[in-house]
Amino acid sequence: MHASNPVPEPVVRVDGITRRFGSILAVDDLSFQIPPGEIFGILGPNGSGKTTTIRILCGLLQPTSGSASIAGTDVVRHPDAVKSRIGYMSQAFGLYRDLTVEENLRFYAGVYGLERVWRDRVDWAIRTMHITARRNQAAGTLSGGLKQRLALACALLHTPPVVFLDEPTAGVDPAARRLFWEIIHGLSHGGTTMIVTTHYMDEAERFGRLAFLSHEKLKAIGTPGEVTASFGVGKTLEDIFVELQEREA
Amino acid sequence: MTRHRLQSIVWKEFIQMRRDRGTLALMLGIPVLQLLVFGYAIRMDVRHLPMAVYDESRTQESRDLVQKLEATDNFRVTRQASSYADALRLIDRGTVRAAVVIPEDYARRLKRLRPAAVQLLVDASDPNTSQNAIAAAQLVGQRKNIEMLSSLARTPVVLDAPPVDVRVRPLYNPALKSAIFIVPGIVGLILSIVMMIVTSISVVREREMGTMEQLIVTPITRGEIMLGKIAPYVLVGYIQLTAVLALGHFIFHVPIRGSLLVVYAITFLFIVANLGLGLFVSTLARTQSQAMQGSYFLLLPNVLLSGFMFPREAMPHVAREVGLVFPLTYYLQILRGIVLKGATFGDFLPQTGMLALLALIFFGFSVKRFQKRLG
Repeated sequence: MHASNPVPEPVVRVDGITRRFGSILAVDDLSFQIPPGEIFGILGPNGSGKTTTIRILCGLLQPTSGSASIAGTDVVRHPDAVKSRIGYMSQAFGLYRDLTVEENLRFYAGVYGLERVWRDRVDWAIRTMHITARRNQAAGTLSGGLKQRLALACALLHTPPVVFLDEPTAGVDPAARRLFWEIIHGLSHGGTTMIVTTHYMDEAERFGRLAFLSHEKLKAIGTPGEVTASFGVGKTLEDIFVELQEREA
Repeated sequence: MTRHRLQSIVWKEFIQMRRDRGTLALMLGIPVLQLLVFGYAIRMDVRHLPMAVYDESRTQESRDLVQKLEATDNFRVTRQASSYADALRLIDRGTVRAAVVIPEDYARRLKRLRPAAVQLLVDASDPNTSQNAIAAAQLVGQRKNIEMLSSLARTPVVLDAPPVDVRVRPLYNPALKSAIFIVPGIVGLILSIVMMIVTSISVVREREMGTMEQLIVTPITRGEIMLGKIAPYVLVGYIQLTAVLALGHFIFHVPIRGSLLVVYAITFLFIVANLGLGLFVSTLARTQSQAMQGSYFLLLPNVLLSGFMFPREAMPHVAREVGLVFPLTYYLQILRGIVLKGATFGDFLPQTGMLALLALIFFGFSVKRFQKRLG
């Protein structure tokens, strides 16, 4: 009866979510599922509904209709419970510039309610993110790449099953970007699911699967190879991106 | 709400407070600076001081004297006192600012051309007010004397003393020092400034710097964020209150006649009301400089209409009514009454009630708005 290699239960389920702001449609009937440990990309031009989708999944915004769950928790019915099961790294650096690296981590450990284990988790985060030498430096004085890794560290302290990364590599130099992706892949092997939005088309090749949004709708979903194939032979992801954006204009 | 999350916010606020040299200097330096600057007298004209009359004489002559006092435009009779003690009590409560006491034998002595003493009790805790009142009252006495002397000029009578002797007894502040009056005012002003400006800025800064965006995707609740941000400033407020009262006491010899415990308790209401105003500003402002401007917008009428600088008695009707919505108006009356006059909590029940009401309204309203704005 049992298959030798069972398909794992999806950790993220999105089932027909739609969101309107007044008469404006921001997301139209979006559905997809993500298995644990996947690096899932959401691509699309500005205004395609990426941010709205992420805000709904983080419990910050209620969908007009449809349902979604993260690690078994209903996002619509229990938006507050979702918040302890996700990590979120915003596009703009959202940590306290006047606090040191360690103080920021300690603060977020407190906010996530890590009482006894906070010291271990902070040490783990500092090691994993390669920021040991900067432990007592003010966060505001870090370079772009270090800020980014510190932000990721804060989002991972409470070992969330799902992490959202909103344009994580914007304004980061190539070497730091490469290190960042190595860390992301390491975490993904450890079972953490990553949902990433990006504008860098070369990074899209790093995703396990990706969803292409345009005009509030899901245009394509699958591995990078599948998505490019669905738009016709010989096209790169960048071609598709530009094509979708032009069609919109 | 968990204690752990709340503690984390408070801990973080204290670290930020310590690192932010500018704000720290503002919070600690301004009280001392203002105390020293304002400690040296502000003088303003005053008219129509509410006055009680205790007239034991009940004669044409005594009514005439009261009328003359009123005619100077410095006094306005608002109450009739039933006894000397009652007159004192009316001043204690701030119901009136002056009381004229006319002895039973006033008219009789005048007729016999004996010196008749009239006592004017003046609440001198505000020297601006009282000095004018005192001068005016003495003038009335002198005029009456001249009037009488001229009408008697035809009769050969030798007077060994001027017939009407208005004696002034300044209460609470016998040396008529401005510093004494101004110190409780500074306490109120400083608390308003810090609670409004610093809290609104500390909330708006989180939004402006993008740190709020990161915070709201964590399990922390809005109530925890707000309480955690506010609590450190309550402590700052109490430190400032203590510092200004202590400095005022030791440098300017401001007496502390009433119960400090009552002062500290009532101050809590005042702090909460102003935190409410600060939070309200933070829900309107998008940037720190907007928060600063918004706070000043609310702060100015507080200073001008509360009685901190200008006696409320001297204000036009509308300004006086507008002043009634500011917590500082009530807090000043209470603070001056308790600290300078040794009044008790019971003397200021209505003011305390209003303060509590304003605290409830401002804070409740702002919390509602704050919670909406965060989502």
